[in-house]
Amino acid sequence: MLELRQITKRFGDVLANDQVDIVVKPGTIHAIVGENGAGKSTAMRIAYGFYTADSGQILVDGQVRDIKSPHDAIALGIGMVHQHFMLVETMTVAENIILGAEPGSAVALDLKSAASQIRQLSEEFKLAVNPNEPVEHLSVGQQQRVELLKALYRHARLLILDEPTAVLTPLEVEEFFAILRRMREQGKTVIIITHKLSEVLAISDEVTVMRDGKVVGRLQTKDTNAAELARMMVGREVLLRVEKTDPNAGRAQLEVKNLSVVAGVEGTKRVNGVSFEVRRGEIVGIAGVEGNGQTELMEALAGLVEPSRMTGQIIYDGKNLNALGARIRRELGIAHIPEDRHRRGLLLDFTLAENSILGVHYRPPIAAIAGDIILDESAIQRRANEIIQAFDVRPPNAALPARALSGGNQQKLIIGREYRVDPKLLLVSQPTRGVDIGAIEFIHRQLVRLRDDGCAILLVSAELEEVTSLSDRLLIIHEGRIAGEVDPKVATLEEIGLLMTRGH
Amino acid sequence: MPKFARDLLFPLIAVVAAFIVGGILILLIGDNPITAYRLLIGSALSWPDGIGYTLFHATPLIFTGLAVLVGFRCGLFNIGAEGQLYIAAFATAWVGITLANRSAWILIPLCCLAAILVGAIWGAIPGILKARFGSHEVINTIMLNFIAIYLISYLTQYHYRDAGDPILQTSVIGAGAHIPRLGAFVPGFPERIPLNVAFILALLCCFLVYVFLWRTKWGYEIRATGSNPTAAEYGGISIRKQIVLAMAVSGALAGMVGIHEVLGYRYRYYDGFSDNYGFTGIAVALLGRNHPVGVILAALLFAVLQHGGIYVDGFSEHVTKDIVQVLQGIIILFVAAESFFKWSLGRFGFRRLRT
Amino acid sequence: MRDIFAWSLVASTIRLATPLVLAALGGLFSERSGVINIALEGKMLAGAFTAAAVTYAADVRFGMGTASPWVGLIGGMLAGLFIAAIYAVSCIKFKADQVVSGAAINILMLGIPGFLSGALFLSSGSTPQLPKDHLLPQSPLVIAIAIGILVFAIWYVLYKTPFGLRLRSVGENPEAADAAGVSVSGIRYSGVLLAGVLAGLGGAYLSIGQSSLFTRNMTAGRGFIALAALIFGKWRPVQTLLACLLFGFTEAVSIQMQGTVKFGGEEIPVQFINMVPYVLTIIVLAGFIGTSRPPRALGIPYQKEK
Repeated sequence: MLELRQITKRFGDVLANDQVDIVVKPGTIHAIVGENGAGKSTAMRIAYGFYTADSGQILVDGQVRDIKSPHDAIALGIGMVHQHFMLVETMTVAENIILGAEPGSAVALDLKSAASQIRQLSEEFKLAVNPNEPVEHLSVGQQQRVELLKALYRHARLLILDEPTAVLTPLEVEEFFAILRRMREQGKTVIIITHKLSEVLAISDEVTVMRDGKVVGRLQTKDTNAAELARMMVGREVLLRVEKTDPNAGRAQLEVKNLSVVAGVEGTKRVNGVSFEVRRGEIVGIAGVEGNGQTELMEALAGLVEPSRMTGQIIYDGKNLNALGARIRRELGIAHIPEDRHRRGLLLDFTLAENSILGVHYRPPIAAIAGDIILDESAIQRRANEIIQAFDVRPPNAALPARALSGGNQQKLIIGREYRVDPKLLLVSQPTRGVDIGAIEFIHRQLVRLRDDGCAILLVSAELEEVTSLSDRLLIIHEGRIAGEVDPKVATLEEIGLLMTRGH
Repeated sequence: MPKFARDLLFPLIAVVAAFIVGGILILLIGDNPITAYRLLIGSALSWPDGIGYTLFHATPLIFTGLAVLVGFRCGLFNIGAEGQLYIAAFATAWVGITLANRSAWILIPLCCLAAILVGAIWGAIPGILKARFGSHEVINTIMLNFIAIYLISYLTQYHYRDAGDPILQTSVIGAGAHIPRLGAFVPGFPERIPLNVAFILALLCCFLVYVFLWRTKWGYEIRATGSNPTAAEYGGISIRKQIVLAMAVSGALAGMVGIHEVLGYRYRYYDGFSDNYGFTGIAVALLGRNHPVGVILAALLFAVLQHGGIYVDGFSEHVTKDIVQVLQGIIILFVAAESFFKWSLGRFGFRRLRT
Repeated sequence: MRDIFAWSLVASTIRLATPLVLAALGGLFSERSGVINIALEGKMLAGAFTAAAVTYAADVRFGMGTASPWVGLIGGMLAGLFIAAIYAVSCIKFKADQVVSGAAINILMLGIPGFLSGALFLSSGSTPQLPKDHLLPQSPLVIAIAIGILVFAIWYVLYKTPFGLRLRSVGENPEAADAAGVSVSGIRYSGVLLAGVLAGLGGAYLSIGQSSLFTRNMTAGRGFIALAALIFGKWRPVQTLLACLLFGFTEAVSIQMQGTVKFGGEEIPVQFINMVPYVLTIIVLAGFIGTSRPPRALGIPYQKEK
């Protein structure tokens, strides 16, 4: 039905797909599994015409096809349900379904026949929705049904589903799988992108495993098991063991009590009743599949979430932080290495020198002239050069804009800046994402050194290897809840992986 | 290529391209572009009148260019400099009339303060509306332009006009509020040319704006907000405060046109005095690459055109002074297409403002 | 005390609202497709000048008599279209900032009519006077009917045709529209060009309907009032029509009352009546009267990842 041959795709420095070959047989449910960033979605977005591949071929029904836009893909019978739904919220279900493929003439929409076609389809596949309801009033599960109907309405023979179960409750997942099986019975082909191994085993006929932009395995589902798939997904060539002694943990620096954080207009709870503590001189790791509330948790702790979106308590050094903003938290000794260095961590158009003072720019010794208003250029230069030297930022030129640095050097600059304030609590997210191996080792050593100096560190990482080797205690987060705590010295990757994906 | 050369190159290309397009238009209506351009530019180079008047015309444009620049640096589009300078000019005149008998030592500072303060307040309004309600500063500044103009028109017509005066203007300000013309102390420069101390003030403001934006903690916070609001927030900077502050500073700078106009030139508030200064300020800031030095250069260019426009009107067959506005429009169009890459102005969209 | 609800006031409200309605409904097409349109003013000026110039030429040069205003009308629409095309290419193709480009168009169109009229009519910015019977119809009834039909047609196009559906989806969520196989830039071009035609038409009505010649900067901010009406009308055709009528009414009052309006025994200076549209718009935009939510993708160039 669909075949990708030698597909390669590069985004800037990142090789998202490296000679990817995927073969999907007609009438099957085909799972594509891999960790975040493994290149699953990129490959499928290429098949749907959202991206164009740098090289390689796409074959549909055995013929090479040139898919330049979703329009071309739709014409070939390919439909895709994206992880973030592609729905116009202010419009009705029927309007969303027919958009781009409207029945009736150019001068008159035939909403009646649209509604009857939709009703027919929803009976056939048991996808109950009300065609006249505005999409913004629908639950997430219902919105997904609209997306499926949208593809079916366009006579899709192949449906690509990107992380379809991420937004569903366990009960809804069961219903959803029943729908997929019905589709297979009707002769449709389904590709499901996921990282939940239990689901792969429950629903798929065949599996393609991806890691780091490459295909690393093609299997029949009946011949494999969760442990094998997990090993293929997370297996890394380089195993960096971090040299560290046992922690000398002091009293609690941070206590989080029953913290919940809501996000978005719909107000879903991204963090749901989380409690834990981080003591001085220890690294507490949080492992989990991305998007399970880690981002919101760290932003809440850093003071970047409006108090009205939070419940529960954040206690730091015995003080309640809930109502305090990011600036005061920094003054109290909290440093933060954010997960997204371009969005949060850096002012890309600013020089390294200017970036090196973000967060302390308003007080002495930086703003130290004329009543602490004027910035002291020489103090800024000194600070920037200290950081550049101590953290080996290259090229070592404080006058360059941050944009000119490689990802790894940008990260070193941020880490250097945050270390420079001698934090009592360090919040770290994905410290080595997109960083080359030499720098990874360096960053890891620095984290341990800081711990040994008595700093409390909370570490979030999607790299299992990283959190297990760095952490003194490891919490696993699943759907906004702490699914369990393990001793990283004794727990196996499989054990952790199952907690991450199943939540128990 | 060094950075400053690159910064000069693109605006230069935009200007040359605009002159070429303008030249084609002049040809189409049957005039000689070379003759027209010689009139347009050549007349500005004569001493003392050409140069004196060019600097005179440049003064308000430097103020409004700086005003737009400060907004831009915070990621805001202040399209309301026009309203801000009108209302500030009126306030200047109001102080000058109300306290007419005071000495210059009191009157001039108070008048200047009125211009700056009222401009800042009028500028801060859309800033507050955006910080508090997320409503778009572009729309609100446009609306406030009209409100300012009607408000002053009312005040002038009903309360501050000399009885029987057919022209919509206030009575004159006290003599103590006049600021001197440069001719009064520059040897060899005739005093009939209205170039006044406000020009020096404008240059001083360029320097102050530079210091403010690039050397103070406040400027750092404003630029950080404009460059990447989410990173600024991460660094403990309140985006809402920066929005209000930047708009207030922007309004204050626009308001200083009132000092030039009322204290240095007409000595009264004259309805409709602004020759699109506020909108030309957008062109000045964009062409000047949002840098104070660039603003001076761009303001001079537009001042040359404005001054030369009068000569074009008088001495060429078909071309009128409207060529000035045509050139301005084309220059901004050319700069706009490029500025997208440099400035990612997408942040002016509605969505990102609704935090 | 004059009766401010006199019939003549209704008639002049309709007359004065007409150019606003046309421009605002044009802006509606543009903004519902996600392109901000602060250039309505410039497009109206283009339409007004061209319509007057073409009508004059048709009348004097080609002796087309009473047909000449209709030729002028087409000229005005084409001028709006042409200016909109420049704007569209800059915003959609080159992804230039929409507000900056719009401001550029406005400044450009302050200059162009004067520039051309100097050459064509040896005047400083105005076109020659047209005879009274060579103008567009001005009967309030005729206009009201025409506007009624137009608003209905636009409402129909927006909500009952595939084009309208696509237009609305592109302004709300261009990525979703793209995923559904709709050409985002194609729709945005249509939206912006339609805005040009309608704003040009509005300008034409100003010069060869309400008036009998083009004068320098004759729109005097009507493009911005139209924009305000569009926001006040929450980007919906019927509400926008009502907003234009309200704003036309304030203008009619301010013209008829010459100076002050007596209201409940108080004299209100006309300037305060003039301010009403702008103040209302700010209030509505801040969310004090219901919610006026702009199309979600308004002002954001659509950058497809490659």
